Amino acid sequence: MNGMRKRRYTTIAASAAALALVLTACSSDDGGDGGTDGTGAPTADCADFEQYGDLSGKTITIYAGIVTPEDQPYVDSFKPFEDCTGAKVDYQADKQFEQQILVRAQAGNPPDIAIIPQPGLLAQLVATGTVVEAPEGVAANVDEFWGEDWKALGTVDGTFYAAPSGASVKSLVWYSPQEFEANGWEVPTTLDELKTLSDTIAADSGHKPWCAGIASDAATGWPVTDWMEDFVLREGGADVYDQWVSHEIAFNSEVPTKALDAVGEYLKNPDYVNGGFGDVSSIATTAFQDGGLPILEGQCSLHRMASFYAANFPQGTDISENGQIFAFYLPGKTAEDKPVLGAGEFVTAFADRPEVQALQEFWSSDTWANLKAQASVDLTNGGWITANKGLDPSILTNPIDKLSADILLDENAVFRFDGSDMMPAAVGSNAFWKEATSWITGQSTKDTLDKIEAAWPAS
Amino acid sequence: MSAVQIDTATVGPPTGGRPRESTAAAARRRLSRPWASLFAVVLAVLWTIPTFGLLVTSFRPAADINKSGWWTSFFDPNYTLENYQTVLSTDSAQSLAPSIMNSIVITIPAVVLPVFLATLAAYAFAWMSFRGRNVLFIAVFALQVVPIQVTLIPLLSLYVDIGVSGTFWAVWLSHTMFGLPLAVFLLHNFMQEIPGELIEAARVDGAGHVTIFFRLMLPMLKPAIAALGIYQFLWVWNDLLVALTFTGSSRDLAPMTVALLNLTGTRGSQWFLLSAGAFVSIIIPAIVFLSLQRYFVRGLLAGSVKG
Amino acid sequence: MEVTDKLVTMVLALVAFAAVIGLILLVVHLLERRGARHVAWWFVGPTVLLIAVGLVYPALRTLWRSFYDAAGTSFIGLGNYTDIFTSGEQLVVLRNTVLWVLVTPFVATVVGLIYAILVDGARGEAAAKALIFLPMAISFVGASIIWRFMYEYRFYDPSVENNPNQIGLINQVIVWLGGSPQNFLLNSPWNNLFLIVVMIWIQAGFAMTILSAAIKAIPTEITEAARLDGVSSFEMFRFVTVPSIRPTLIVVLTTIAIGCLKVFDIVRTMTAGRFGTSVVANEFYTQSFSAGNQGLGAALAVLLFVLVVPIIAYNVRQLRKADHR
Repeated sequence: MNGMRKRRYTTIAASAAALALVLTACSSDDGGDGGTDGTGAPTADCADFEQYGDLSGKTITIYAGIVTPEDQPYVDSFKPFEDCTGAKVDYQADKQFEQQILVRAQAGNPPDIAIIPQPGLLAQLVATGTVVEAPEGVAANVDEFWGEDWKALGTVDGTFYAAPSGASVKSLVWYSPQEFEANGWEVPTTLDELKTLSDTIAADSGHKPWCAGIASDAATGWPVTDWMEDFVLREGGADVYDQWVSHEIAFNSEVPTKALDAVGEYLKNPDYVNGGFGDVSSIATTAFQDGGLPILEGQCSLHRMASFYAANFPQGTDISENGQIFAFYLPGKTAEDKPVLGAGEFVTAFADRPEVQALQEFWSSDTWANLKAQASVDLTNGGWITANKGLDPSILTNPIDKLSADILLDENAVFRFDGSDMMPAAVGSNAFWKEATSWITGQSTKDTLDKIEAAWPAS
Repeated sequence: MSAVQIDTATVGPPTGGRPRESTAAAARRRLSRPWASLFAVVLAVLWTIPTFGLLVTSFRPAADINKSGWWTSFFDPNYTLENYQTVLSTDSAQSLAPSIMNSIVITIPAVVLPVFLATLAAYAFAWMSFRGRNVLFIAVFALQVVPIQVTLIPLLSLYVDIGVSGTFWAVWLSHTMFGLPLAVFLLHNFMQEIPGELIEAARVDGAGHVTIFFRLMLPMLKPAIAALGIYQFLWVWNDLLVALTFTGSSRDLAPMTVALLNLTGTRGSQWFLLSAGAFVSIIIPAIVFLSLQRYFVRGLLAGSVKG
Repeated sequence: MEVTDKLVTMVLALVAFAAVIGLILLVVHLLERRGARHVAWWFVGPTVLLIAVGLVYPALRTLWRSFYDAAGTSFIGLGNYTDIFTSGEQLVVLRNTVLWVLVTPFVATVVGLIYAILVDGARGEAAAKALIFLPMAISFVGASIIWRFMYEYRFYDPSVENNPNQIGLINQVIVWLGGSPQNFLLNSPWNNLFLIVVMIWIQAGFAMTILSAAIKAIPTEITEAARLDGVSSFEMFRFVTVPSIRPTLIVVLTTIAIGCLKVFDIVRTMTAGRFGTSVVANEFYTQSFSAGNQGLGAALAVLLFVLVVPIIAYNVRQLRKADHR
């Protein structure tokens, strides 16, 4: 039952660099060819697919961790490709994906294509020798439609393997606009204001200001790692963040220590948490999916979680600027300072047959991005955005999608990819989660960071 | 004394009601009866409450499950069939229906193969003499402990090489391999109980081992085989890891445990679906077990009672 | 694949299996007719072959890997084993596994035995047994869902008005009794016991069913003789019942103990090994497939095998005794 991790793939948001360019690229016309009929199932002109040739009778297998209901937009987005080329796309997914893909790669039984949510896992898979380099057409598409930093995330040791697909924004705080209005609370624009707001809520409302949950099966602890990454970005800036992620500075050095202590002022502060659930340690046993739900019950007011969290509120919840639930950007140190933490997923191929390469190329094109965005709007009420610059922003209808875009489009925004996803697996998908959980249940900041530092692979 | 046990094991329950009072009954009769009964009732209730809670939960609306305990629904009844409709309806993406057939197709051969092979092997270990018999038997017994996790990669590589990965064969073969040690161990214990004179007599009559195996052993072993079959059935039906690894996540092959794992999808913890799904997955093994319970009891008993 | 295709595949597989085995046995039969004496290998051959491929080869491979580093590229001798015995966290994993193996078989067996005696011959015996046995038919995944509604924790502060409702029954009972709810899965080492309770809940039915049958098979002459000697019911239990079913007890204890050594799903689904509850099988999976440390994972699996040696040794001794009779 693990593999629930991070829900990065249930993405709603976009990447800063990409969306900024989307708007500049699209401002001259009204967004280009959406590739859909706007209402129903995706359609496309078969002329776009002539370059891939006739692929009748060929099958391409895809394996991913993206399960129901968000798998269907993927399946639908490949339909025009299937209809026009004659190829069949066989999409399979389960929640143990992150372990099973390694088992299958090591055993020599990988799928044709896997959707990998972490650059760290990509590196691990490349080390098994089964991943094949991206074909030239994909590289060209990525050069055209994505920023260089995105291409770098799909590159291991100088070889470009995997094109990015979806993206998400993590620096968000969920709240209730109705509750804020009734109490006269203001959305904070600096970290200091956030602190003051927390104190105000603690003093005035009769409930704890924050609620959180970090239980996520085998990935339990990951929401704390996101908190810490957000605060390293805020305490040390993007450069120090990069050094920390690549281990040029020690995990337990000064800035990360300050950052985790700063997180502790929220998550380990008994006056602040854990609204609706209990004391500080209840964070460790509360499912991350449940973590923010007490906002609806008026038992807490603030919940820091990525954009995809929208899907966890019950159906019928009014998620909009003046509704029951909305989110604001987790502010920087100053109002001008706008670091943004995000994540994404990468299309990784294990075979170089022509039909696989054709699908990869289609997948990295603007046509696919629009088909997928439209399919998500139609089937799951949005909740998916890509960093592909060819995306037509007018397709997006969901207020959270738009909010994420607004945050990212801010000129001062500095985008950084989720650090734990890029660290070696021994840290990024084991020690960091494990020690972050122990930290919540009482371990000191120093012990926590020392232990993670010790777990960093020697080489 | 063995003759008595063989009777219970092979002839079936003594006819005409309870023929004799067992030691336990005697012991219990001497305990102060009300206290003994009370204690038994308390244990039975304690053991049943968790499952009962799941049953109640599975009929509650999604919104209620996270807001109040399942027992509160007795005072404020509010039940729905919707959870079951979702997990059973054929057009819902979360439907468990297709996986029920997969579970059946996986389970039957994965029970028949190991049980039959183990019966053959156990016969040889018990009644044939050959070099290395004891060492080999101890090795088979000890291999019970190899954790399935360590076999995943080597076996999957092998299946890829011989071209059966992503088919039912990979799952059947794996369950057969993993089930054999315990099956051989238990059946061997049973075989030893069969009086040597029977075998000797048959040998003297000129019967070969194949004849003895089919004519003499299989009929006498029926209860043990049935019992082992149920045990293996429960194990295979409830397995997650083997299915997950060797079906290659194909929806065409995935059994109910895998479907249950993916049931909640990417959104929320969805306990209303999980509880209904879990209950659906329990029903078939529960029926199989309850209807074959008496074989299970007699078979394993015969394998273990001696002394 | 259509349903009928699947069924056809299944039937074909069964037919193929029957054909292969039938052929083997036919060959043996003909050989025996011609006076061949050493036919045992034909009987054990298929089993030995399958076990060799499915278990021996992976076990040896694991042993070999346990002497290599995380990536499996350079030989580091006993380095992984040193790591395990010097790392506080890995020692906790070993401690937990030992705890599982020591506690579960005995408690499950005692509960099963007592219950078997209590309901023996009582009215509704079959139904009473079915209630205890039912958990055996439930998958570990299902069991962890079930126990969530027992253990789930919500805070309760008597001084505050709008406390959330308890969702876990045990905590609700504690609140009713005036206590404060506990976060059962959180506080090490006690949380291990709460996980073990789930395993006991599953295995007690197994123990009960088999022990009950064994008790019923104790010859009447023995009990009658004892009763004529005027033994008390405890003495009857201690000196007649238990010795008579001793071999059964050993089989039950052994089977449950081996199941506990390999326990994976319960821990994986209920705590994922956090809060100091990891066990060897879970840690192997995590180290091999999440943390990318195959060497350490392999060493843990080897230690698991070492842990079982006493159980094997004991059973081998029993086996020898049986052979001597």
